[in-house]
Amino acid sequence: MPAALTHLGRLEAEAIHIFREVAATFSKPVMLYSVGKDSSVLMHLAMKAFYPAKPPFPFLHVDTTWKFREMIAFRDRMAKEKGFDLLVHINEEGVRDGINPFDHGSNTHTHVMKTVALRQALDKYGFDAAFGGARRDEEKSRAKERIFSFRSAGHAWDPKNQRPEMWKIYNTRVAPGESIRVFPLSNWTEQDIWQYILQENIPIVPLYFAAKRLVVDRDGMTIMVDDDRMRLLPGEKVEERMVRFRTLGCYPLTGAIPSNATTLEEIVGEMLTARTSERQGRLIDRDEAGSMEKKKREGYF
Amino acid sequence: MLTGNKVPVGEEDAAPVDIRDYVAGQENKGLLRFLTCGSVDDGKSTLIGRLLFDTKLIFEDQLAALENDSRKHGTAGDEIDFALLVDGLEAEREQGITIDVAYRFFSTPRRKFIVADTPGHEQYTRNMATGASTADLAIVLVDARQGILPQTRRHSIIASLLGIRHIVVAVNKIDLVGFDETVFERISAEYRAFAEELGFNSIQPIPMSARYGDNVTRSSEQTPWYSGPTLLEHLETVDIEVEAEGRPFRFPVQYVSRPNLDFRGFAGTVASGHIGVGDPVTVAKSGKQTRIRRIVTQDGDLDVASEGQAVTLVLEDEVELSRGNMLVTPEARPHVADQFAATLVWFDESPLLPGRSYILRTETDEVSATVSHLKHRRNINNFAEEAATCLNLNEVGLCNFSTQAPIAFDAFRDNRVTGAFILIDRLTNATVGAGMIEWPLRRAANIHWQALDVTRQSRAALKHQKPAVLWFTGLSGSGKSTIASLLEKKLHASGRHTYVLDGDNIRHGLNRDLGFTDADRVENIRRVAETAKLMADAGLIVLVSFISPFRAERRMARELMNDGEFVEVFVDTPFEECARRDPKGLYAKALKGEIKNFTGVDSPYEAPEKADIHVETTARAPEELVDEIEAWLRERGYC
Repeated sequence: MPAALTHLGRLEAEAIHIFREVAATFSKPVMLYSVGKDSSVLMHLAMKAFYPAKPPFPFLHVDTTWKFREMIAFRDRMAKEKGFDLLVHINEEGVRDGINPFDHGSNTHTHVMKTVALRQALDKYGFDAAFGGARRDEEKSRAKERIFSFRSAGHAWDPKNQRPEMWKIYNTRVAPGESIRVFPLSNWTEQDIWQYILQENIPIVPLYFAAKRLVVDRDGMTIMVDDDRMRLLPGEKVEERMVRFRTLGCYPLTGAIPSNATTLEEIVGEMLTARTSERQGRLIDRDEAGSMEKKKREGYF
Repeated sequence: MLTGNKVPVGEEDAAPVDIRDYVAGQENKGLLRFLTCGSVDDGKSTLIGRLLFDTKLIFEDQLAALENDSRKHGTAGDEIDFALLVDGLEAEREQGITIDVAYRFFSTPRRKFIVADTPGHEQYTRNMATGASTADLAIVLVDARQGILPQTRRHSIIASLLGIRHIVVAVNKIDLVGFDETVFERISAEYRAFAEELGFNSIQPIPMSARYGDNVTRSSEQTPWYSGPTLLEHLETVDIEVEAEGRPFRFPVQYVSRPNLDFRGFAGTVASGHIGVGDPVTVAKSGKQTRIRRIVTQDGDLDVASEGQAVTLVLEDEVELSRGNMLVTPEARPHVADQFAATLVWFDESPLLPGRSYILRTETDEVSATVSHLKHRRNINNFAEEAATCLNLNEVGLCNFSTQAPIAFDAFRDNRVTGAFILIDRLTNATVGAGMIEWPLRRAANIHWQALDVTRQSRAALKHQKPAVLWFTGLSGSGKSTIASLLEKKLHASGRHTYVLDGDNIRHGLNRDLGFTDADRVENIRRVAETAKLMADAGLIVLVSFISPFRAERRMARELMNDGEFVEVFVDTPFEECARRDPKGLYAKALKGEIKNFTGVDSPYEAPEKADIHVETTARAPEELVDEIEAWLRERGYC
């Protein structure tokens, strides 16, 4: 009798199954690639799911133009190394209107440059299924979401009226214009992600490792000064500190944590003693109660 | 490789451990998936919140947010309301109820857990079923003050039907009955008596207070009379290993991988059993046998693939095999049939109608299916079998199914993966039901399709015509029969072989046993569509004049015919005009309430969204409309 699957083995098999279901039943899938650690894991799993073939769908990065520079460099390097078809979409109207997190606040910036931009890209290419790296342990409204999560023709999520999702039998049928968001990492926790990265040696953006970086303190968060667009407020001073990031997004909205973890083992070790959740480092989730659910209903991932 | 980073793990375990050792330890932990269910306000969400809190899985920022929320929405006075940890939707927090299932994750040194917190309200039963479908154990909460309620029974029955074999009866809020042993014993005994027929392997009653933590993770001093395990101890130790060993190999094919001419692999997840390189396998639907040449993964080829693994199989021979089929062991093959009996749980507001065509989806196969016979409905209170003509929202019944093509399956009791399916509504794409297959029906195995030498083409050719089914739909009195009859006269005069199937006439013969309920209307149309199909097969141009009020059945009729043979003609006459004409005096009676289920009055008419031909009768004479239809048919070569 062969040995039972390990914990990560079970999660990996489930994700691979989900990838294949989508490839077999949708006419135009896409993978949302956000360049973060979850996206790295997702990409790794997509490669496994279709080996020896390449994933039969393109990867889409919605670029808010405020991502860390290291993220963009990493993205381009991965596309080249792995040979996947990378699409980059920027909301040009938002760029023209000069939308940015400083003048317009995190809410408006995220809505225009991320949510609206994503809707634009999905409509432009006519994708009927989009993979995302969201996990149920991240946030309360995500904990409620199906693995195959239906979106109306306007990309809206109706949390009060989700399709039942029985066993591993997924209802993949949509009418023209409608789509499904698919979350292969639904049942993974942050700890699983890091242990899997460790086990599989998956490349991640260097920002996850502690290094000396230029930062300022703002709104109780440690913000990295990634380029000269960062506006300093009176009294703020730029310091060099040993920090790393638990999640990555737009640099003016993402908080760093003090850390000396420079290896994957050290990051996993740090994880095990963590006393705060990873989303605490995200300014956009704290704007208002239920803000993630609201964003999701509007079409955010 | 970097090793030897020593870090402390947790507060209680201050001894440093090696990270890679620690991770390896995590890897070999077993997984238990369970759900909490039961009636509203029995404390399901509170219990999960308590479990997460006591196992120290709540981060500081989450706790701060929880304290904040408790003051705003909480129902626990000044104390922390743990339910708010899991009720994540705005509507849930505002109403203080659970609407949809939430998944939470925690682990102890012994096991990892995925918890599904499911809603108690009857209207959200389908969300409870969603959580139950992937669980191995159910915690059924019972409010000690209320005892066993209808929802306690409904959830237990659904858990049993969905294959859950282990139950914890959490007699909650025991503090509110003064930690009274007799209350606990009474509820435990009542539950055991009720659950006797449900086939659970273990039932563990535990007295507890989720709010205060009694017997959740620590034994309560308030219940000295209780000597059993705490909830967490039980969850950590309950033996859920089903008879996984020795089950026959099943591999539903998900995806055919053909990156180049030299590689043809079949990707899928092993549903049960295991297979090794060189082992013989059979293609379920065709019976063709071959052997496994390779088991491919990106991490290298495997010698053996076993249950739960996602792999790509390469076969020795070129056999016909695609998504929806299964590779199986030749020693124990699954059933292959187009008729079977299954237990069905219904999820939709509009009822299940026998005879209506739905999409049936197994893990990888998809076919059109109808319920040919609803054998009985299950009463959820006493488990009795009751006669029924349809299944309403949240009802459970035993049905005979008939599918358009055979599917490969096992009985659900033998295999939860290959014995389950969902039903999808053809128009809305909603998931409307979940089915558990009981057994194949013998008649499917013994009636084989008789291939005939004279083909439909040769029959039509002899008549020098292209067969067609002209389907006239519209309200009663809209002019369907008048138009159909005039059109037939014209076609007949020009030498075409035709036949009119008229709603009223058929109801005097073939369909005289049917009434006008929704269920009977569906069967009425099914029989007429099948008759029209036989006539089209015989080479005729068939004119069907039926109100046929539902889109689903007209679509079923369309799909029954060969491509291009079905022509939908919408005879569009407004309700007021039909009621004014009232050629048979029926509207007058219906509007007085003397006729029940009259289309347009108290039974709906779903107008076609895209009819092939759309004629409006108010502005023009029937003869003009018939000319227009004839012209349409001539342009397309029908006459």
